[in-house]
Amino acid sequence: MAIIVRDIRLTLRSGGSTITLLAFFLSVGVIIPIAVGPDKETLARLAPAIIWIAALLSTLLGLDRLFVADHEDGTNASLHHASISLEAISFAKLIVHWLVSALPLIVATPFMAIMLIMDMPTLLRTIAALMLGTPALVALGAFGASIAVTLKRGGVLAPILIMPLAVPVLIFGVSAISPAPGSGTSEAAFMFLGALSLLAFAFTPFAIALALRAAHE
Amino acid sequence: MNKSNPMTDTSLPANWFSRLAHPGVFLSWSRNWIAPLAALTIILFTIGLWYSFFNSPPDYQMGETVRIMYIHVPSAWLSQMIYTLMAVSAIGTLVWRHPMADMSMKAAAPLGAAFTAVALFTGALWGRPTWGTFWEWDGRMTSTLVLFLMYLGLVALWRTFEGQARGTRIIAIFTLVGALNIPIIKFSVDWWNTLHQPSIIKADGLSMPASIYTPLLIMVVAFTALFFTLHLVGMRTEILRHRANSLERRHVSARNGTSSGTTS
Amino acid sequence: MSNKGFAGQIRLNAQNLSCIRGEQEVFADVAFQVSGGEALIVRGANGTGKSSLLMCLAGLLPVNGNVSWQRGGKSLTKPEYFELIHFIGHLNAIKNELTLAENLQFWSAMFGGDSTPIADALERANLGGLDTYQAGHLSAGQRHRLSLARLLVTPRPVWLLDEPSSALDQQGDRWVADLIQGQISSGGLAVVATHRHIALGTGANVRTLELGQL
Repeated sequence: MAIIVRDIRLTLRSGGSTITLLAFFLSVGVIIPIAVGPDKETLARLAPAIIWIAALLSTLLGLDRLFVADHEDGTNASLHHASISLEAISFAKLIVHWLVSALPLIVATPFMAIMLIMDMPTLLRTIAALMLGTPALVALGAFGASIAVTLKRGGVLAPILIMPLAVPVLIFGVSAISPAPGSGTSEAAFMFLGALSLLAFAFTPFAIALALRAAHE
Repeated sequence: MNKSNPMTDTSLPANWFSRLAHPGVFLSWSRNWIAPLAALTIILFTIGLWYSFFNSPPDYQMGETVRIMYIHVPSAWLSQMIYTLMAVSAIGTLVWRHPMADMSMKAAAPLGAAFTAVALFTGALWGRPTWGTFWEWDGRMTSTLVLFLMYLGLVALWRTFEGQARGTRIIAIFTLVGALNIPIIKFSVDWWNTLHQPSIIKADGLSMPASIYTPLLIMVVAFTALFFTLHLVGMRTEILRHRANSLERRHVSARNGTSSGTTS
Repeated sequence: MSNKGFAGQIRLNAQNLSCIRGEQEVFADVAFQVSGGEALIVRGANGTGKSSLLMCLAGLLPVNGNVSWQRGGKSLTKPEYFELIHFIGHLNAIKNELTLAENLQFWSAMFGGDSTPIADALERANLGGLDTYQAGHLSAGQRHRLSLARLLVTPRPVWLLDEPSSALDQQGDRWVADLIQGQISSGGLAVVATHRHIALGTGANVRTLELGQL
């Protein structure tokens, strides 16, 4: 779809936004061990939490421009008259947003794993959990951004709105990586993560389209 | 320009409900309701508080601190009821574009935040003597805390959208998405909690003697009446504020003169 | 594209129109009627609501009153007539980071792609040969031409143009007039808000709407 190609081109050309994102992700990964102390056991125990928090914060980082740029230059207004529905356009935007803001984080996770002294099985589980869970984070984040699109101070508001909604993703995300001693919970957490992402990707485009339409009333 | 004020425009079907809930009509009938509701609230609170403090036994385990429950449980009930009310109003805003639904959402948000805060605060006070800690990452408490954060987000949204008509629909969308998410949050928090620690805390014993149950019920009704009184007053304030604003604007624009157009 | 007519007579009928922006009335009691093959020129001093009127028609502002769209005698629903509209406002929806051709390709895809070559549209917008340049390098007038080139890439029967000749030179003025002429002679309709004189050929069906007269 044209909007996917266009948005990817836009991100690549505007340059640096993905790099900023990665830098932010990795800096969170560096700063927490420094704050916690270099004790290997503690770090290994905290690693899943650190990675998920870094991922959550990084996906929130790129939100403020997601719809605002298109709103300010009149693109959103014209998209109302497109022959493709706003819902489909929002869905495409979700995919792009995931590709440019979540996928790089997943690629960078092995580096984080080294810093956090993670063993190989845990790393693989982390990557799988991120693959399953970040779509939900991205979708919720995009929804928050669409709510705040007409606001001048929206950049700060969107994360505040999204944090509570992202609680389940965080919970299942962390449990998927480091399951409690009891058996089977990790699989369950993976399934819940996948379900959350599917639900979020299925429903948020409608909510986003509604919010974008309402922004023009 | 006298006929197109959005607040007095009746594009809705003229059935009894829309007439009842029309802002102008609402103002006149709600005026007669506030005093009785307030009186009812005061009477209920007097009876309820007297019962709670003087006419109910101390718990054999928790002692006198059980009386915190008479504040805590009603506010916890309100924290959930108010969100439900907001979600229903949000549907009213999105589907029927009803101006009173907008007012209802707006007036309910800060009240919801306040009652949730009371529930959390009294919960902490109660927890200290009972469980030896102010805060426990217990499922119920955690999800109430998340609910509180959502109320705060909504209040912040209302503030930032102040005076913008389109804000209402956007906030309604967020309220509804939040409402869909609350069960998921509740479920995930419960799940998380049972993983990390076996649930040792059981709030509100299931079997309750009538001597405790009666004052509790009265207090729940009293709190609900208090909420509806405040909600009505809040909605009236919202309508009046809206009117004052449009009157002011009308004065300003009357000075400039407005325009009309004709085809030639 | 002027050879190829639009199927079904389009009719736009507005009665008793008023618009409230930020709770202040911008215009009131506006009535007009335009059909395919006609242009409606909206005139009026600054602040009389020309842009708001166009945005109301484009569904981007809430509107009080009756607006009805018909095609071939059949009433159209909102999503139906939205797909017939080209709205070119003050915001030109051009992405600086994309090349001229990419900008147009995107809009042609969004508006239901058409075979009209992008290069041809750029040529007619007097931007020929600049296809691979980034749009950020264009001057204000050139950007405006680029956004008007959207009209050429996807033919649609309804044009809502806000100040189409702003920032354009004399040649650009003539080009805009030709564009509108072409649109109405192929059975489309155009609502144009402007201060300037638009030199449409004699015999063209032109109506004018004056805003701001009490």
